[in-house]
Amino acid sequence: MEAYLNLFVKSIFIENMIFAYFLGMCSYLAVSKTVKTAVGLGFAVIFVLAITVPINFLLDTYLLRAGALQWMGSEYADIDLSFLSFIMFIAVIASMVQLVEMIVEKFAPALYGALGIFLPLIAVNCAILGGSLFMQQKDFAGVTESAVYGLGSGIGWLLAIVAIAAIREKITYSNVPAPLRGLGITFIITGLMALGFMSFMGIKL
Amino acid sequence: MSKEQSTPEKEPTVLFVAEEKEPLFSKKNRALLTDPMDDNNPITVQVLGICSALAITVQLKPAIVMSISVMAVMAASNVIISLLRNLIPNRIRIIVQLVVVASMVILVDQILRAFAYDVSKELSIFIGLIITNCIVMGRLEAFALGNGVWKSFLDGIGNAAGYGFILIVVAFFRELLGSGKLLGIQVIPDAIYEMGYVNNGLMLLSPMALITVGIFIWLQRSRNRDLIEKN
Repeated sequence: MEAYLNLFVKSIFIENMIFAYFLGMCSYLAVSKTVKTAVGLGFAVIFVLAITVPINFLLDTYLLRAGALQWMGSEYADIDLSFLSFIMFIAVIASMVQLVEMIVEKFAPALYGALGIFLPLIAVNCAILGGSLFMQQKDFAGVTESAVYGLGSGIGWLLAIVAIAAIREKITYSNVPAPLRGLGITFIITGLMALGFMSFMGIKL
Repeated sequence: MSKEQSTPEKEPTVLFVAEEKEPLFSKKNRALLTDPMDDNNPITVQVLGICSALAITVQLKPAIVMSISVMAVMAASNVIISLLRNLIPNRIRIIVQLVVVASMVILVDQILRAFAYDVSKELSIFIGLIITNCIVMGRLEAFALGNGVWKSFLDGIGNAAGYGFILIVVAFFRELLGSGKLLGIQVIPDAIYEMGYVNNGLMLLSPMALITVGIFIWLQRSRNRDLIEKN
């Protein structure tokens, strides 16, 4: 239990997708003009990360890894399909996003109305594929661990985008040097926030 | 009136024929190559592909390898999508694009693992992330789906060069100021260290990549005032 909690906190604060690895920066910069849309996109990312990381974990363990096909019989034991992982992961992500979109549209129309336009965008968000690739690299022990990691990274991403959106809403009232307006100042603010987030380094529960 | 004359002329379906006759490096085609270097830079103006751009700029070498990989992937997938552009149904075009890009990235990844294993370890997941690099998808959507093969090829090379340019500039300053080296070779002479110069370790940390790009945008936009945003 404690290990899960530790991983959870680590994936939110220390290994924050945006501030430590710059993953998902494209949508982070494009959709952070108002807090409301930022919250919508953030929840969609949490949702998709928490689903795709465990699925890709199962896929990796039972299909792609070297020796993963052993369950089919010993003659398959030395097959290594790991070179297929990029295409499998991205296929899972794209189809999960479609599926999630359809399910949300059917059962929660209000949520669909709020997220609607952002859901399809998520398939090409680096944070989602990054989550799966980090999962593969970190060699997690089980499905639960990977699910906790997916959920934590998603929440970290939500925190980051909501924080920057709030700052950008306020900064429209400030007198920023003209060439820095918009993109430039957002980069610098993100850099300063990342410096702040570095203070979480080394926290252990 | 013979039958051949009355039937309306069929649209030529040949894919390789350029619509208008123009030399391979006409002014318009040269602009496709040079514009992304400055006024239409994918990173600082179009805001595409920042995701993987920043994490690998601590040293010059991975940045150069990354730029070359992105260039190969972009040129190849732009050409393939441009060839297929009349065949792809509009509804599933994103999936088709993802599959094409993913196959190109797998090729690049396998080649790097075979011939440059150290760098490939250093780049870790960021080679895989070229798949979701917004530059690749963005240019496929915005350009290759509506333009001929040769133009798409030039557009791919041009945009990848613009991306690589920023990567290499950022990596240059981070490696020079952060560890006093370029490409792993020490360039700041020992005499300066003896005078009390200290490497700025902050440059090696991830936040400084963002701030370096921010400063680069500042310089670019104060030189070219048309790029300044309204609000």
